[in-house]
Amino acid sequence: MASLGSVLLAGAFLAAVVAAAFALIGRAGDRRWLDRSRRTVYLFFALLTACVAIVEVAFVTDDFSFHLVQQHSSIETPSFYKFAAMWSSQEGSLLLWAWVLSIAASAALYATRNRLREVLPWATAVMMGIGAFFTGLMLFAPDVNPFATLSPVPADGVGLNPLLQHPSMMIHPPMLYSGYVATTIPFAFAIGALVSRRLNAEWIRSTRRFALIGWAFLGLGLLLGARWSYTELGWGGYWAWDPVENAALMPWLLNTAFLHSIMVQEKRGMLKVWNVCLVVGTFSLALLGTFLVRSGVLQSIHAFGDSTVGPYILGLIAVVMIGSAALIVSRLDDLRSEKRIDSLISREAVFLVNNLLLVGLTAIVFWGTFFPLISELFTGEKASLAAPWFDRYTTPLAILLVLFTGIGPLLAWRRVSWASAKRIFVVPLAAAAVVAVALLLFTDAAESLWALALFVFAAFALVGLGQEFWKGAAARQRLSGGSFLGALVAVVSRNRRRYGGYIVHAGIAVLLIGIAASSSFQTNRDVTLRPGESAVVGGRTVTYLRPTVAVDAQKLTFGGDVRVEEDGKQTALLHPSRDYFRPTGMGLGTIGSFFAGEATSEVGLDAGFTADFWTAMQPNLTAVQRRVRAADKGFAACVRGEPGTPEECKAVAALMRAAAADPRLEATALEQISRLQDATARRIARTYLADDAPATFRVIVDPLVTWMWVGGLIALAGALIALWPGRGRRRGSPVRTEADALKEAKYREIRDAELDHAAGKLSDEDYAILDAELRKEAVEILDEVKSG
Amino acid sequence: MDPQRKRQVRLVVALSVAVLLSVALIYTSFTASTQAKEPTELLTAAPGTSYEMTGRVVPDSVERQGSGISFEVEDRDGEGRSLPVTYTGTVPDPFRGGREIILTGAMQGGTFVGEPDTLVTKCPSKFTTKDDG
Repeated sequence: MASLGSVLLAGAFLAAVVAAAFALIGRAGDRRWLDRSRRTVYLFFALLTACVAIVEVAFVTDDFSFHLVQQHSSIETPSFYKFAAMWSSQEGSLLLWAWVLSIAASAALYATRNRLREVLPWATAVMMGIGAFFTGLMLFAPDVNPFATLSPVPADGVGLNPLLQHPSMMIHPPMLYSGYVATTIPFAFAIGALVSRRLNAEWIRSTRRFALIGWAFLGLGLLLGARWSYTELGWGGYWAWDPVENAALMPWLLNTAFLHSIMVQEKRGMLKVWNVCLVVGTFSLALLGTFLVRSGVLQSIHAFGDSTVGPYILGLIAVVMIGSAALIVSRLDDLRSEKRIDSLISREAVFLVNNLLLVGLTAIVFWGTFFPLISELFTGEKASLAAPWFDRYTTPLAILLVLFTGIGPLLAWRRVSWASAKRIFVVPLAAAAVVAVALLLFTDAAESLWALALFVFAAFALVGLGQEFWKGAAARQRLSGGSFLGALVAVVSRNRRRYGGYIVHAGIAVLLIGIAASSSFQTNRDVTLRPGESAVVGGRTVTYLRPTVAVDAQKLTFGGDVRVEEDGKQTALLHPSRDYFRPTGMGLGTIGSFFAGEATSEVGLDAGFTADFWTAMQPNLTAVQRRVRAADKGFAACVRGEPGTPEECKAVAALMRAAAADPRLEATALEQISRLQDATARRIARTYLADDAPATFRVIVDPLVTWMWVGGLIALAGALIALWPGRGRRRGSPVRTEADALKEAKYREIRDAELDHAAGKLSDEDYAILDAELRKEAVEILDEVKSG
Repeated sequence: MDPQRKRQVRLVVALSVAVLLSVALIYTSFTASTQAKEPTELLTAAPGTSYEMTGRVVPDSVERQGSGISFEVEDRDGEGRSLPVTYTGTVPDPFRGGREIILTGAMQGGTFVGEPDTLVTKCPSKFTTKDDG
């Protein structure tokens, strides 16, 4: 099977090269070559799918002749994790990268099969060039071929690290990869547009969806990573400004900027240079994220082996950046804006500000992440920046961003008169004022001015967004009657992009409220308690009721029952614990090996709308470990045939003597011993209950942290609504050409303006001017269609 | 003011803000950063100054002491003398002998005293180059 896989992988590499070649032969727009090229891309996808299937079958069937399977799975690994173990390895994750790319490229080419004939050849060449790079890497770079084999075939594998055995850890990497990979598509089409000088908004319209999909996947990946850290890692935080976290955050921030600024190009023909720069930056940062995990360049909680593929990826980043920069400079004449910003109170002006904020944030994170290298360059000493430095700069920018999250949706495109601006802003401003006064009077929010500002701005944004929905629905109801709710559903489903975007904004505002509250007003203490003792943390009484022990084949679990009381009433009964895993694949172990293996915390969490109560436990096992050492000594003596401690010692010694004479008995003897050890481990573990040993509890009272997860989910739901295919593309409708797309986009703009006017966002005079402009532009397009 | 001039003024203002911000960023990053050192370098380092130590925990050296732990670290290449370390606070899950850690703290009488909650342990198993299984 492995050799078949190697052949298929080589086939995929060839398919990528051939698809790129066909596309370039057809660069003049030759339909037949473009069709051939597209079909070869589908073949690339099919071949990689087969490769992934072979690897997955090997994992699920415990085929340890695969080096990859032997290193990352074992017979005892639970089935679900066997399936997901592929991407916990270097070579498997590269295969995943290439496979996701083949899916995205096929989808993008299918969607654009009748359009963009000048752009497509180059875009295909870029996508397949990158596809050839990653498949070629697996084939030719040392140590990363997923189909490398082992001979002789080992009986069992090393197994998957227990820390990674968590559902969100299994979904997290594919989400991040999909997010990274999806940014390839807009990048490839941008390069295609640059080379062919077709720099209108058509390449953007065709790839906007992929940018948004990438944004959603990367966002979900970040959210899952944060959640895993919060519930699994036993330190209670969700973000640590760790280089690898930053590496995923940076392309996400730039992609956010890109998603906004392309709207300005679509509607107004402005910011063209900016947009191509953003898309190149986003893709480079996505590659950088892929690289950082594998380079060992920066110190991080995520282990980076000094892997072999790092330099190649760095080379690709260099090619991408230098090539793109040269291309952009040579096309500056074609990238001139068609228009200028009419007014500073317009949506495009706000988008410009939001872009500057997002790019500023990215620059700060970039500088902080790479500071160890920068400082080594200038001072010769490696030095790093800690979380407070990041917080100091990102906090004010994030707060401003929330403000603009609220302002942007309230303003119409092109221009807004003062009179209508006042009308739109009065309710959100009043709401913000009320919230500010309420927070100052009834809470301690004034202790952190940054947090207070964020809460007030977020209130402004949320009320403003609510007003948008309300006004849109009311306008719809006036036009077509029916119930208010029906009108709301109708107006949202007819303008999914717009209202989906608003929902994303609301989600981000809620998420930032959660971050601000939980980071500014958290109570965090370590308390050491004996069973029966209590401590007061953040106004709650924590009582360590009793220790608990659980034993299974894989691990020993020491935990505790903890009661939480607030105002004399019990609010939660939690059970934090710590698991000690026996390392796998070590042959005959000792009982002590449980404590040499991985240990993971199971957090006790009482999540709530206003605050989470979080606790992790560190049991004091000094006495237990002493007994374990004594027992292991006894066993060792026993196996040597000396008088040992366990009662069954005589039987064991007899078995070992028999095994020495007859090697066939050795397996039975070893099994007997490990069974005895297991029983002893259980017995000793239970003695912990009587030890009355103290345990250290980390206790965190985290206000509003639930809002963060909820906000993230709201934002993702909003992205999904914006992505949901509209009804414009009926099946069997005539072939969509570029001119059709242009026409449709202009009609949509006219409808948007209508909606803005009906919702009171545009005054009558503004609307009259705008509508006339748009209709004139629409007529121009129709004329072009007829003459062309 | 004519629009052309107005745009120029705006551009100058925006650029100056950007320059000011980046100067602040660069200045504070050099003053606020902590120097990274390996255990053997720290053995001779001045007491009291805060450093970020990166090294490997010597296997079987971890001991519980009161509410904290003490252990020894060596350079990542395993050469040179090892450095005694004390640390109070929660220990991350992956921490154990043989693991690479990052810890911020200062030297006190020949011992590296870690600041609470700065102990970072590298996650094992992902993307290791050598087959040590």
